[in-house]
Amino acid sequence: MTLPTASKDEAQSAPMVLFAGATKRFGEGDNAFVALDGVDMAVGRGAITGIIGRSGAGKSTLIRLVNGLEKATSGKVVVDGTEVGGLDETGLRTLRREVGMIFQHFNLLSSRTAFDNIALPLEIAGLDRAAIRAKVGPLLDLVGLGDKAERYPSELSGGQKQRVGIARALATSPKLLLSDEATSALDPETTQSILALLKQINAELGLTVLLITHEMEVVKTIASHVAVIDRGRIVEQGPTFGIFTAPQHETTRILLSSALGTTLPEWLRSGIKPEPAAGDRVLVRLTFFGATAFEPLTARLVTEIGGNVNILAGAIEEIAGEPFGTLVVAYPATPDVVARADRFYAETGLATEVLGYVA
Amino acid sequence: MSPEMLVDLLWKSLLQTLQMVAASGLLGSLIGLPIGIFLATSGKGELFPAPALNRAVGLIVNAARSTPFIILVVAIIPFTRLLTGTSIGTTAAIVPLTIATIPFFARLVEAAIREIDKGLIEAARAMGATPMQIVFKVLLAEARPAILLAFTMTIVSLIGYSAMVGAVGGGGLGDLGIRYGYQRFMPDVMLAVVVVLIVLVQLVQSAGDALARSFDKRNRKG
Repeated sequence: MTLPTASKDEAQSAPMVLFAGATKRFGEGDNAFVALDGVDMAVGRGAITGIIGRSGAGKSTLIRLVNGLEKATSGKVVVDGTEVGGLDETGLRTLRREVGMIFQHFNLLSSRTAFDNIALPLEIAGLDRAAIRAKVGPLLDLVGLGDKAERYPSELSGGQKQRVGIARALATSPKLLLSDEATSALDPETTQSILALLKQINAELGLTVLLITHEMEVVKTIASHVAVIDRGRIVEQGPTFGIFTAPQHETTRILLSSALGTTLPEWLRSGIKPEPAAGDRVLVRLTFFGATAFEPLTARLVTEIGGNVNILAGAIEEIAGEPFGTLVVAYPATPDVVARADRFYAETGLATEVLGYVA
Repeated sequence: MSPEMLVDLLWKSLLQTLQMVAASGLLGSLIGLPIGIFLATSGKGELFPAPALNRAVGLIVNAARSTPFIILVVAIIPFTRLLTGTSIGTTAAIVPLTIATIPFFARLVEAAIREIDKGLIEAARAMGATPMQIVFKVLLAEARPAILLAFTMTIVSLIGYSAMVGAVGGGGLGDLGIRYGYQRFMPDVMLAVVVVLIVLVQLVQSAGDALARSFDKRNRKG
């Protein structure tokens, strides 16, 4: 008898990781703490997916369900067609060799050199010394540490330690890489270089990456897809650009405001009134993306309104590789000026938001 | 007493002390090491969870550690006789010394292992390591400097304890000090014994420190 099996195409398009109603409770009865509350989410094959949330939102628990470091109380977690909850210890160990993981504090053995740290998962898998040598050398080169093989972690910088961590996670040629706040202990410049390395690995090896972070910057830079987690629930998920340019949930907005240069300067924020008085100016946020990001719309706006436009704040960003700009402008809140501006917005399809009125 | 006689006595006693310390130190540490590993890894939610047994072993270890050594020596005389056929002499003294070493070393090993960052255990689990692999490749490797220091501390304590078994006919430097220095009132013998003990402890401590340092890669600067 032959069992119905998924075709190769289906297997390719099936998600690498699937959470279905994944729930995790710590403790029992009245003292129980619900870390995850019915998480439904799919992590696409070959993509970099980010899960973002504030500390305590449940993201650490969520990523640990994937390699079985934590077990779901109810619901399912499926990794490449295998349900993690149904595996015994032996099955879990096999799965873990196919899923690499990197950590915020690197978790390198202080007693081992960079080379021997990278060799550890291979030793655990039972490879002989020659096979280990053949694997570790190229990995050191891949992460740019070819000359640091015999260094101990205490002799390496934070960024170099994380590079060793990445090489170690790749040693067993996993199909999925889990990143647990991998850049949170690094300075901004080192963060960028580690993110570039992850992006390179994703592109060159076709490795699926699932990362958790509390930094929007990280998601913005490398994740093609994002899920926002708040109090154990996924409140929003989808392609990063869509979520970032049109956030639907309050948590997303709060997380975004710090990352996208859309926070108003204090002197401006404190002066905003909800209703205009005579002589006040209207404060409008313009958002440029897609087609509007490439047109000289600001210049035309100034012409349309008649020169009375003040630019008060603004930023141009790149989200998941696409340009995205915001501009906060102020102009007289008189009916004719406002009407002219609104006509211009309707014509050009520019996204706008009235923030309030200032004197 | 002539200087030649004194040197001869000191030498014989030193050899007896070294024999007692080496035998009980090695034997006690060998038995104490796995007990220490067990204590450090068998709590609730740890590598080999067995909380009830963990508590039981902990209780026995505490009981053994709180028994004054001189009482332990006397209390286990039947057991010592059973093993060695006698309760007097250097070989007999090894039995209570070993039994005192086991819980002492076990607790030090436990502390050394508990010092290790839990993140390393998690990383090893994430690599698919078995609990045994975690013990040998992660815990013992990372705790090696601390365990070497614990072993040094154990040997130093044993030198002190071995002088105590002198009081019950165990031989060694302590025995010499008591029989000649105290009972025959020969202060020069007492002084010589104390000086030899101090030098011995210093040597052991320095050697242990140096060895532990050579295995400690945590503070290397490039």
